[in-house]
Amino acid sequence: MRSSAPLLFELSKTGRRAADLPPMDVPELDGLLPEELVAKEPLPLPEMSEVELIRHYTRLSRRNFGVDNGSYPLGSCTMKYNPKINEQLPACFNKLHPLLDELDLLPVWELMHALGELLCELCGMDQFTHQPAAGAHGELTGLMLIKAYHDTRLDHERNEILVPDAAHGTNPASAALAGFKTIEVPSTADGDVDIEALKALVGPRTAGLMLTNPSTLGLFERNILEISNIVHDAGGLLYYDGANMNAIMGIARPGDMGFDVVHLNLHKTLSTPHGGGGPGAGSVGVKKELIPYLPAPVILKRHGGPALPDYNRPLSIGRVKAFYGNFSVLVKAYAYVLSLGGAGLKQASENAVLNANYVQHHLKGEFGLANDRVCMHECVLTPGPLLERGIHTTDIAKALIDRGFHPPTIYFPLIVPEAMMFEPTETETRENLDELIAAMLDIAEVSKTDPEALHRAPETTPIGRPDETRAARNPVVRFVAEPKE
Amino acid sequence: MTPTDRKYTKEHEWLLISGNEVKMGITDHAQSELGDIVFVELPAVGDSFAAGDSFAVVESIKAVSNIYTPLAGAVVSVNDALEDKPELLNEAPYENFIAVFEVGQVDESELLDAAAYEAFIS
Amino acid sequence: MRSYVPNTIEEQNEMLHAIGMENMEELFEALPENVRLKRPLKMPQGLSELELSAYFDSFDVSAGNLPLFRGAGAYRHHIPAVVGAVLSRSEFYTAYTPYQAEMSQGLLQSIFEYQTMICELTGMDASNASVYDGATACAEAMLMLRGATRKSKVLVSAGLHPEYRATLNTYARFAGFELVELPLNELGLTELSSLEQNINDAAGAIIQSPNFFGCVEDLAPAANLLHENKALLVAVVNPISLGILKRPGDAGADIAVGEGQPLGMPLSAGGPYLGFMAAKQKYMRNLPGRIVGQTVDAEGTRAFVLTLQAREQHIRREKAASNICSNQSLCALSAGVYLAAMGPQGLKEVATLCLQKAHYLRDGLLSLKGMSERYPNTPFFNEFVMESQSDTILLNVRLREKGFVGGLPLHRYFPGNGGILYCATEMNSRNEIDAFLNALEVSL
Repeated sequence: MRSSAPLLFELSKTGRRAADLPPMDVPELDGLLPEELVAKEPLPLPEMSEVELIRHYTRLSRRNFGVDNGSYPLGSCTMKYNPKINEQLPACFNKLHPLLDELDLLPVWELMHALGELLCELCGMDQFTHQPAAGAHGELTGLMLIKAYHDTRLDHERNEILVPDAAHGTNPASAALAGFKTIEVPSTADGDVDIEALKALVGPRTAGLMLTNPSTLGLFERNILEISNIVHDAGGLLYYDGANMNAIMGIARPGDMGFDVVHLNLHKTLSTPHGGGGPGAGSVGVKKELIPYLPAPVILKRHGGPALPDYNRPLSIGRVKAFYGNFSVLVKAYAYVLSLGGAGLKQASENAVLNANYVQHHLKGEFGLANDRVCMHECVLTPGPLLERGIHTTDIAKALIDRGFHPPTIYFPLIVPEAMMFEPTETETRENLDELIAAMLDIAEVSKTDPEALHRAPETTPIGRPDETRAARNPVVRFVAEPKE
Repeated sequence: MTPTDRKYTKEHEWLLISGNEVKMGITDHAQSELGDIVFVELPAVGDSFAAGDSFAVVESIKAVSNIYTPLAGAVVSVNDALEDKPELLNEAPYENFIAVFEVGQVDESELLDAAAYEAFIS
Repeated sequence: MRSYVPNTIEEQNEMLHAIGMENMEELFEALPENVRLKRPLKMPQGLSELELSAYFDSFDVSAGNLPLFRGAGAYRHHIPAVVGAVLSRSEFYTAYTPYQAEMSQGLLQSIFEYQTMICELTGMDASNASVYDGATACAEAMLMLRGATRKSKVLVSAGLHPEYRATLNTYARFAGFELVELPLNELGLTELSSLEQNINDAAGAIIQSPNFFGCVEDLAPAANLLHENKALLVAVVNPISLGILKRPGDAGADIAVGEGQPLGMPLSAGGPYLGFMAAKQKYMRNLPGRIVGQTVDAEGTRAFVLTLQAREQHIRREKAASNICSNQSLCALSAGVYLAAMGPQGLKEVATLCLQKAHYLRDGLLSLKGMSERYPNTPFFNEFVMESQSDTILLNVRLREKGFVGGLPLHRYFPGNGGILYCATEMNSRNEIDAFLNALEVSL
């Protein structure tokens, strides 16, 4: 059952190659590079034939699991289906060099501008930048905007960012990188931000508050307007972590809740593929007062003319990466929004929330529930009574793998011990959800009769549970050939 | 058993005090809470720390913990063996120090003895 | 309109009833009235697949098919068909970060192989699973310098790509770094005396080779100078150039980073690209982001996992050295397939084609009236700066009218600078170069 796959380096045979090139058609000159700058040895790269190369990667692909293989209710990651048409559309832009003359890139500016307009409407913001390459990058950018805003107002004392204890680890990490001190805001037992604690924490040092809404507990922050007033009254700004935007498209908008900056994870909410961990896109939207600080260039339409990049941004924080953003990802997100239209986006969110509640409703009897409320697009469960049988979240996750599902996000949020965060997304059928529920209930049943079986899980995968301690104590992060005898 | 030859902190460090030299490590309770320790970030000999500063970082697979000194002082030696065998802190936490400090005045008033520490963690 | 919601309205209603609700509205009762959007989103009606395709067909992207003599950080190279074939496997592209190792061995192994090949390419001991692009790889390298030395003064060569430099400036301003620019000398190379003058208290230096102006730097003397002063060298390299140039690791660099786009990624108007990062063993733990390591399962089967995670933001939170949470996995997969498809011989051939064609182009340009080379005594790889007596902008307009994309006017980044940065790769055939030279001759 268990098996490892050979590494490229173990398949390599001297002299083989998979790619060919045209012959040299210009006179070949000698001595163009001085000796000391030239490599002495051939590169130790693998040598593969095309057929072996394709079989190798096909073999690896079969040892992997994506949304196209089955349900992937990985909470907070919004693993919705990635429409196939959207994979085809970016190809037409593939040959465009980013430094072509501005007028040769008109379709690029047009598309980025149009996507920005749609996202402004979706989020209730005034201007978007698409430069950030991912959610964490968007957070960093947004926080830099907040810092620049306060700095321009000579409000240099504002160096604290408030972050709820339920937040993603990227929030405090991004805040630190943007030069802020992170102040943790506790949650109440009901999963809301603790308003009294927040009031005590805000003050003349408050630069802003980062909030994910719905929160990482899958709950809508009911006091959002009060929170927004408290922070604004203290002179701070509100940052919206868009990780969970899939719950509220067409239903509520961060801009209307008082948020001044938002980032969206286009690979979550707008269905662009996660690519095994990236590339994503982390577009950032702001209210009017923050527009001057956006990374340059900002794509603008002036006087009814075509969309063009504007580099003349004296207050801009500068660049956060080269060129304009993960453009192909933007194309897919744009195509998705155009396919769905406003009504389709709302329908997507409604069904995302319905599916999560459906799962929560059917599992809360056998498992623990972090908060017994109507959830948004994801629900946070715990092993509940299974813990007494020695079954932990890891065991449940691994047992789900054997039952054909990707596990939920586990051990997050940190404030819920043994958390399991399920986000089914709107693109799962009722049958899929029923099967997921049945698999979970089966696991609960097995925990009563044969708990050891759950400790052995997963049994259907190429490898059993890996020894992570060994990997971290003696890191082997690259292949090294055994010395030849 | 919690050795009685030394002092403890509420952050789960132990201190073996002899004159102005203080050996510091982490308690059995600390290592068991952390789980398998995979890496110890040691200070450099000569580094100075104020009371309450973090002087080392202990990493397990899924957690990371700062190790604090309750006393101001300078590092005079570190336990190099931990670089290759961080698991020593799991296997014998009281026999494997992290660093030795030279401190000025030793103020023990904030430190716990073995019995008090045991009561604190129970 | 499509929403990719598979359940019919009937099924949705049944599900609502199953959880004790009458309608969708009830699901959103936690939302206060005054934050609800009480109107439909102002967006166009959803498009069918056919309409959507037709709309995208209407974009004029013909400029992408013109002969191109421009690089400056993004390079047109041949992408072997195997790259696209592997990338189209949706087991890879519809997966996420391999948190569950048992069902993600394919991706984990492909990243482990990528890490190995990046080490082999750069002469380093450890690589991460990649970051966003070349510019952010530079910024992350700057953070690594602080992590490794606890100093925050960083020396930056004026030969660094101006957009990378701009990115460094942004990160430095907020993360509290002092950047000192090392000017280029008359050869277009980083001035070592300036490195020497500023080395005190420096965490390290960031030097690009071939640099933005195409000049190949000798990294070894800079590395020696830095090491004598307990500072590190970050080399920013073009991965294709390593088919013939000495690897940064062999030249003494401690950290090597760069833009991986030339390794099998299309130009795509600027992204997604690939930031690769590799380091000597001593600095492995200073690398940011995901790293895949090899281990075994309980039966001893070889297995791959995300490792050294305690460095990362989800555990260290505000104390993490970087906030990066993902990588460019799919782009790293492209690079892995590309490198394995080319192999040592193929990469050397690509590099040699680039080198020779760029020199053929340079010689052709020099034969034109009023054209001169800015750094005639400095070795270059696939790019070089020319000066001409004509206005560089006008020149490009005339070339464009004849169906060519000329070099990059340096004016774009350095106002007043009259140079043009030309580039040639294996994609520029001799016939194309000759036609370009003819067009240029009548445009001057």
